[in-house]
Amino acid sequence: MKEDKTMSKFKLVSDGLVKNNPTFVLLLGMCPTLATTTSAINGLSMGLATLFVLVLSNMAISAIAPVVPDKVHIPVYIVVIATFVTLLQLLMQAYTPAMYETLGLFIPLIVVNCIVLGRAEAFANKHGVGESALDGLGVGLGFTCSLTVLGLVREILGSGSAFGYNFIGGHDGMLAFVMAPGAFLCLGYLMVLFNKYLKKN
Amino acid sequence: MNKLLVSPSPHIHSKDSTKSLMLDVVIALVPAIICSVVFYGWQELLVLGVSVASCVLLEWAITKYMLKKPSTVGDLSAVITGILLALNVPYTTPWWVVFIGAVVAIGVAKMTFGGIGQNIWNPALVGRVFLLVSFPTYMTTWSKPAGLFGVDAVSGPTPLGTIQEGLMQGSSVQELTSAYNYKDLLFANLGGSAGEVCALALLAGFVYLCCRKVIKPWITLSIFATVALTSLIFWGINPDRFTDPLFNLLTGGLILGACFMATDYVTSPMSLWGGVMFGVGIGFLTMMIRYFGSYPEGVSFAILIMNSVVPLLNMWFKQKKFGRK
Repeated sequence: MKEDKTMSKFKLVSDGLVKNNPTFVLLLGMCPTLATTTSAINGLSMGLATLFVLVLSNMAISAIAPVVPDKVHIPVYIVVIATFVTLLQLLMQAYTPAMYETLGLFIPLIVVNCIVLGRAEAFANKHGVGESALDGLGVGLGFTCSLTVLGLVREILGSGSAFGYNFIGGHDGMLAFVMAPGAFLCLGYLMVLFNKYLKKN
Repeated sequence: MNKLLVSPSPHIHSKDSTKSLMLDVVIALVPAIICSVVFYGWQELLVLGVSVASCVLLEWAITKYMLKKPSTVGDLSAVITGILLALNVPYTTPWWVVFIGAVVAIGVAKMTFGGIGQNIWNPALVGRVFLLVSFPTYMTTWSKPAGLFGVDAVSGPTPLGTIQEGLMQGSSVQELTSAYNYKDLLFANLGGSAGEVCALALLAGFVYLCCRKVIKPWITLSIFATVALTSLIFWGINPDRFTDPLFNLLTGGLILGACFMATDYVTSPMSLWGGVMFGVGIGFLTMMIRYFGSYPEGVSFAILIMNSVVPLLNMWFKQKKFGRK
């Protein structure tokens, strides 16, 4: 991980988006990635939910890291993350009940999302609150973008619509793309494209 | 191009090439093609044409523009994939659905893995299963053969589909199977995909391939034996619930799958006992899916599942090294 203190703020955010993209480069958080991206809207909401938890838990963990005994740091981090997830869950239940129903089990599962704990371990406990917030924002945006793109591709191929707007009339899409095999296929090919782009630059 | 190839010994020369073997498979499929065109008419010809043309074109385009390698179209393997895909779908399938199947078969299942010789799963079957999952309405609307000169196609479920629906409604197998006689099944008088209807033509092709020593018969025979034995046991226990062995051997895609799809060189085990185990697995899984699964037919799923374990079978049943005792 980057230990360079002179790293610009912009780079902190853009690294999470491209070079350390959690989905296409680090392959973290595969469970929500594959399960919730049946449509662009679902992918976007899952990404934003994770972004919310990621920024707040990164900030809280970087603030308490100096006083947490090393032996119990993982349980402490998990409790911190779980607190924010519970917060998110109650907020979503109150203000976006439809999305809360759709994402269902995958909201509480953010607690065990590798990305959140991974950023806490790899970045937040070694850096300041501000930097950690930016890192969480970058990685969270990277996750949100990947999930939205994956959801968009699957929605276009699987249901013939984009962000809920149907453009093929009464026809059916390719149902396989709404199911699990389509998620794996799309993820694989998007990863190919992403890595090709990274190699070119 | 360099014409001199330096390779380690033994230098055995054989007149067989990928192309000559594939040509034999195409010849073996001719009776089934003729049969299906005669039974289904010009619509089947359209499906065949679209399927073969798009498979060949896609392979050519992918090797030329994406992989930038010498084209492998000349070895005829894409033609076979096209024919098998066409024989695996109902003749009423719209041309664009067939094209999507070809894209999945050649683009996803074959070229993504590196082209011929490196694909894990049989390309035509991957295409077929993708279509089955994606377009269930097109892929399960079967029509009874209308004939090249007939016009009154009757749409209805396949024999296996009828049995499954009937069982759910509480009828017994005996009443349901009494509607079919085995001569009809052998000579194709029932609804199904093109490859399902012409048992005799497919078997003729299989015998041709065995005589030409293009394929070894043990995979096919062990599939038939396992299907017969498994259904014999279940049928023996409860003939009201389970269909009998002969019915299972003659219906569905079993003959097409066992003769032409499971014996694909690339996706089947190399050794004799590996092949037998492979066949036993396919036969058993097919019967389990037919008897207990939610789909009426399971040959394609069974072959794909067993394709995935071929590397393991190759490790368990290693071929003897040349010169070893």
